[in-house]
Amino acid sequence: MHSQLLTFIKKEFLHVFRDRKTLLMLFGLPIAQIVLFGFALSNEVKDSKIVVADYSKDATTQQIIAKIGSSKYFNIQQSLQSAQQLEAAFKKGDIKMAVIFPPNFGNNLQHTNKATIQVIADASDPNLATTVTNYVTNIINDYNSSLNNGNVQPLQITPEVQMLYNPELRGAPNFVPGVMALVFMLVCTMMTSVAIVKEKELGTMEILLVSPFRPIYIIISKLAPNLIISVVNLFIILILSSVFLDLQVKGSVLLLTFCSMLFILTSLAVGLLLSINAQTQESAMTASLMGMMLPTMLLTGFLFPIENMPIPMQVLANLVPSRWYFIIVKRVMLKGLGFEAVWKETLILAAMCVLLFTISLRKFKIRLQ
Amino acid sequence: MEKVIQTEKLTKRFGDFVACNELSFDVDKGEIFGFLGANGAGKTTAMRMLCGLLKPTSGKASVAGFDVFTQTEKIKMNIGYMSQKFSLYDDLTVSENIRFYAGIYGMKTKNIRTKTQELLNELGLQNEAKTLVSALPLGWKQKLAFSVSIVHAPDIVFLDEPTGGVDPVTRRQFWDLIYHAADKGVTVFVTTHYMDEAEYCNRVSIMVDGVIAALDSPVNLKKQFNADNMEDVFYQLARKAKRSDN
Ligand SMILES: Nc1ncnc2c1ncn2[C@@H]1O[C@H](COP(=O)(O)OP(=O)(O)OP(=O)(O)O)[C@@H](O)[C@H]1O
Ligand SMILES: [Mg+2]
Repeated sequence: MHSQLLTFIKKEFLHVFRDRKTLLMLFGLPIAQIVLFGFALSNEVKDSKIVVADYSKDATTQQIIAKIGSSKYFNIQQSLQSAQQLEAAFKKGDIKMAVIFPPNFGNNLQHTNKATIQVIADASDPNLATTVTNYVTNIINDYNSSLNNGNVQPLQITPEVQMLYNPELRGAPNFVPGVMALVFMLVCTMMTSVAIVKEKELGTMEILLVSPFRPIYIIISKLAPNLIISVVNLFIILILSSVFLDLQVKGSVLLLTFCSMLFILTSLAVGLLLSINAQTQESAMTASLMGMMLPTMLLTGFLFPIENMPIPMQVLANLVPSRWYFIIVKRVMLKGLGFEAVWKETLILAAMCVLLFTISLRKFKIRLQ
Repeated sequence: MEKVIQTEKLTKRFGDFVACNELSFDVDKGEIFGFLGANGAGKTTAMRMLCGLLKPTSGKASVAGFDVFTQTEKIKMNIGYMSQKFSLYDDLTVSENIRFYAGIYGMKTKNIRTKTQELLNELGLQNEAKTLVSALPLGWKQKLAFSVSIVHAPDIVFLDEPTGGVDPVTRRQFWDLIYHAADKGVTVFVTTHYMDEAEYCNRVSIMVDGVIAALDSPVNLKKQFNADNMEDVFYQLARKAKRSDN
């Protein structure tokens, strides 16, 4: 039986390698996503255009503005008077940050020893927003400590940072786990269901079922190439995000790989399940797209935060495997947490995996009708 | 004569619809058994029951000495099947297809190699061994599919309209292959819509609306129906049919 299985697995790999276009898509997709995202994010912060709104116009504010203006990182575009003007400037998109001095800034500082500066950044590019706000805070803090030289009662200027449009700074850190979930779903669920349904459509499935080859081996052989492609993809994504996005796995790579395998297997089981009812490759494809890709995009949490969704959607999101995988990847990869932080999610994923496989194996009938 | 297929009142219902109604017939070892009938008569359904792809609703049947209800796994070891749909992989080469089907029947690597060579020679496809099946003309594909269906030397081979859409010359060559297999003792169970092919069979069964309306050798059938050829015999029976897929 061993050699029979090998024969079949070999055939599956031949299918995959012969179909160059699909192969290119399977490996190209994650690469393209990560690389494009890497380019879309600017690490270049020199000469970032900013605006200053000075409602106080005193000596202190003038000094701070001069300091900011002299920095090579910033290019003060204009001075604004009203909040409306400010909003318009951000919407136009070429302003990355606004520094706002409230009225009576200098007065407050002299009399109460405290004053705040509002720093607002356009966080649609989270990397850039973080960098520019860090720079400006540094400049303000430097100025603050130079004022305090020898002072008995220290003055305190506090920069109040506000991220506009993307307060949680969703960017590469959220994007990469999302890409991982999507790519595995695509390769495992869609390709598996299409591969199985293809045999039905071609009529070869009948021949296989008439042969003594065991149906379980058909399943194993169909899963094998997609499993391997996905593991390769996992490492491609991890390496690329480390190189292009400067995003390394903070936690255990082994744990991440283990959880990814679990998610990959779950996606394979979903693909298997979808293939059972579908009769044509097209319907298998549609079922995967509507049944899996769409929920993955919407309910995983990397495009839209689940916490902000209506309750029914939140409940529904719990049924989507990628939702749990997404949490695991974020914790292990980004926060560097260990198994104790993700065991619950891992358990849920494992349960889903076992359940889905049990259902689909039962339904994968020996007799066609 | 040894009976390799025996059925008794073999019936298949799909809901209220009776696709095969109480089929009773025997097929002898080494025989070429023609299974005729108009579209929708129930030929494929009967064949699928015998191959273990479909569970009969009632009746009895044995194939290669094994029961179709309880011993389908044993049956599978002893039969070959060529379905009505084309059954080779287009994106694999000729020899890859042969090796694959030989492989899943558990043949040894060495056997597979010699068998592949033997088949290629027999079919005159030595130069096409590395050609993708998609690039072959339909007639060649069908001949290859037949050879592949008996690559594991089964006792019985089931052929469901193996020559559909193939030109007369190639059909003739196809039947040479069938005779060659039958000479080696393989029992051939074949459905067809071509009446000249019916003449090639040792015995012919003609199904009408799910029942076997006639069963005998072509010579006897022509006598019985007072006809010059099988075409005429078939026409006399088939025009009584109520059901048609077309
Ligand atoms: N799974 C099924 N469910 C319901 N009806 C079916 C099913 N399979 C076949 N039938 C019906 O049973 C009848 C016999 O079908 P079958 O495929 O056996 O005919 P056939 O003799 O092989 O015809 P053809 O020459 O067109 O291949 C047809 O009317 C068909 O519609
Ligand atoms: Mg048919």
